[in-house]
Amino acid sequence: MTILYLLIPLSLVLLGLAVWAFFWAVNSGQFDDLDSPAWRILLDDEKRPPPAPGESEEPDDERDA
Amino acid sequence: MASAPGACFHCGEPLTGREPWTVRLEDADRPVCCPGCKAVAEFIRDTGLADYYEYRTAPGLKPAPELDDTDAQWLAFDRPELLEQVSSPLGDDRRECSLLVEGVRCAACSWLIEKSLGSLPGVTEARVNPATARARLVWDPARVRLSRLLSALSRLGYRPHPGGAASAEIAEAERRRALRRLGVAGLGMMQVMMFAVALYAGAFQQMDEGLERFLRLVSMAVATPVVLYSGFPFFAGAARDIRAGRPGMDVPVAIAVGGAWVASVFHVLSGQGEVYFDSVTMFVFFLSLGRFLEMGARHRAGDTRDSLARLLPDLARRRAGGDWEDVPVRELAAGDRVLVRHGETVPADGRVSGSGGRFDESMLTGESRPVQRRDSDMAVAGSVNLGEPVEVLVERTGGDMLVSSMARLLERAQAERPPVALAADRVARWFVTSVLLAAAGVYLYWLQAAPDRAFEITLAVLVVTCPCALSLATPAALTAATNFLARHGLLVTRGAALERLAGADYAVFDKTGTLTRGRLRVVGVHPVGNTDPDRALALAAALERASEHPVARAFRDIAPAGEAKVSVVPGQGLEGHIAGTDYRLGRPDFAAALSGVTPPVPESEATVLLLADRSGPLALIEVADDARHGTARDLAALRDLGLALEIASGDREMPVAAVAATAGVECWAANQSPEAKLARIRRLQGEGHTVVMVGDGVNDAPVLAGADVSVAMGGGTALAQTSADLVLLGDTLGPLPLGVRIARKTRRVILENLAWAAGYNLVALPLAAIGLIQPWMAAIGMSASSLLVVLNALRLSRDPAPAGPQPATLAGEAGA
Repeated sequence: MTILYLLIPLSLVLLGLAVWAFFWAVNSGQFDDLDSPAWRILLDDEKRPPPAPGESEEPDDERDA
Repeated sequence: MASAPGACFHCGEPLTGREPWTVRLEDADRPVCCPGCKAVAEFIRDTGLADYYEYRTAPGLKPAPELDDTDAQWLAFDRPELLEQVSSPLGDDRRECSLLVEGVRCAACSWLIEKSLGSLPGVTEARVNPATARARLVWDPARVRLSRLLSALSRLGYRPHPGGAASAEIAEAERRRALRRLGVAGLGMMQVMMFAVALYAGAFQQMDEGLERFLRLVSMAVATPVVLYSGFPFFAGAARDIRAGRPGMDVPVAIAVGGAWVASVFHVLSGQGEVYFDSVTMFVFFLSLGRFLEMGARHRAGDTRDSLARLLPDLARRRAGGDWEDVPVRELAAGDRVLVRHGETVPADGRVSGSGGRFDESMLTGESRPVQRRDSDMAVAGSVNLGEPVEVLVERTGGDMLVSSMARLLERAQAERPPVALAADRVARWFVTSVLLAAAGVYLYWLQAAPDRAFEITLAVLVVTCPCALSLATPAALTAATNFLARHGLLVTRGAALERLAGADYAVFDKTGTLTRGRLRVVGVHPVGNTDPDRALALAAALERASEHPVARAFRDIAPAGEAKVSVVPGQGLEGHIAGTDYRLGRPDFAAALSGVTPPVPESEATVLLLADRSGPLALIEVADDARHGTARDLAALRDLGLALEIASGDREMPVAAVAATAGVECWAANQSPEAKLARIRRLQGEGHTVVMVGDGVNDAPVLAGADVSVAMGGGTALAQTSADLVLLGDTLGPLPLGVRIARKTRRVILENLAWAAGYNLVALPLAAIGLIQPWMAAIGMSASSLLVVLNALRLSRDPAPAGPQPATLAGEAGA
């Protein structure tokens, strides 16, 4: 069972990584909105809305920037 | 699925089925309630975004009637100094703006906004967070102007507030901090549990001693950050409570967490005795989870500063020399002259100059009739000008305004809320004192009997009486009930309010906006002969423009058919001259007298107006301030639950009596000022009643704050919502009886939990005090009692309840 002396510290390192990743995710706003991303994948289809009335059409290469 | 039959397709307001407006969408005519909703729905359809209706989970915001004027009002935001205030440069020619968007209700709303704005040239990013209603826009000022984005937003039926996102940012920071603490607690709890299982198993199977000490050390290493970081709010809260001299629930929590942690660390370092890291981390995690959920509900209900901001316009038109300029409202000072046009909100308290005009002060007073203000009368900030443009000489701004004093009245009422001590807090105070006394007594006794065991046994007493179960008893039940109610249309912003709701025996309702929609509407047009109903409405609107009668407001958002010369015949109706023809509008006998031909008048609860010219009757128009859908049924349900009902309204006697009769409420009072309502509630409380107040207006906010339990309508003003304990999310009072039922069930669960936890502690304390409790027994007992309490609370989230009304969707209607 001596292998535990190695494996458990390793798991703690992983835990530390997980906490770090979680903090990064929270701070970069990944958890700010938990509702709309689930919908977005359904809604983001090929149907592209035309621009609002009175607006001339332009190539929209930067739409998803 | 017959999803919300007879409801406006866009905003979900119930229809009478006689509205003349429809929108053609996916080969079907969808009924809508007003021209505003029609315009928004058509705009959404024409921009190819009709998918919104399929995916939304909440109905849209009813747009303001003055849709045609939207473009011009945003132009001011293009001025450099104002642009500088509400947005910031990104460095690469682009600018960034953070704004609050009123009316964002679900994920489909944010999709609609992102799609629509994202397709404008020059917009590189449009993100909307539906939870906080905060939007972030990044655009290239050289290619598109901010005013263009803002007017696009308002065309979609939302109301943008540039620069109004400050408190949303504070809320976001708070949420992130709480989420980090929760995450650490959750990850730490899982790890410590794993080590704990190994330790428990090892205790029965003769674990290697070195390994055991190692596992305990590792548990300590993981649990310590959980206690110190995730548990920090509890320690801070306990310190605050003790300084204030009022030990609340944070004190036993802090003692439990701190005591169990100190004991465990002591045992790890000394190498003997049990460790309780698993219980401690689980405890911290569940408590943090409960607080996190409660915080989310509070944020959704909003913030007082925001609500005041939303009540006032963003911009005011100030006289600068001989010209007018648009300035942010906060820059106004006493002595400025501002111009308030038709349909605009007065930005600051001031004196009307010139001929004066009519103002809608219903937001402030609850009075549904417009108020006439003549030369040098006071116009109140937040009221809406219904007449001609007027100039207002600003007298009071900022904190001196009537609206602000309303907010102060609200704060005071909140502070003076009758101290209904919560069951948990009462138990906590009693419990903390007795545990500390017992521990001190045990320590003193063992100091004389066996000094070497004194510290160890005292710790055992503190740990075994760890009030984990006791302090989880209330929050676990409240969390489960809160979640359940939120799914059924009742948002609980302060968990403790549920305890008071359970004991409520008296409910006071506001009338305008609560029992009724607060607005007269045209509910039906019956053409006589081959009159075009739209034409009839336009003629009626032109005639009603000149009237100050409440009925005239029903026609406010209908485009009039030209100018009319009108004379008012009091109590009868209007007589007018439009484009060469004489018309009469009013009581059927009065209007029919013009031609002598009387059409059959249908039986109706609404007010029926007849439009006629000299050749004969043209159309019958029905106008009503309809009661909310199902109000009588919901009130009956409340009465069945044993609540006495009463209506207290700021409105005149006639309409209040009518509504009371329809709703089946016998006890009512009209002409009530906010102070009078508050006094009435205080009197009821003095008689020993626990009072629920349901209201929606700004004038109700202080009253709401003074009641034992306050309920705001979801469609009401934001200020009322922030002062309310509960917010009804839907458009009916339906969830309220459900809330009372669940609150009572919650109280039962809490009592069961408290009884169990207190019983466990009462049995364990003497055993530990005489040194009989084996450490492993204490650990298992502690975890098991906490678990039992949590499981008992979870029963609350399984209550079979009727599903709430769903908003109309394309899919739902297609399947009907």
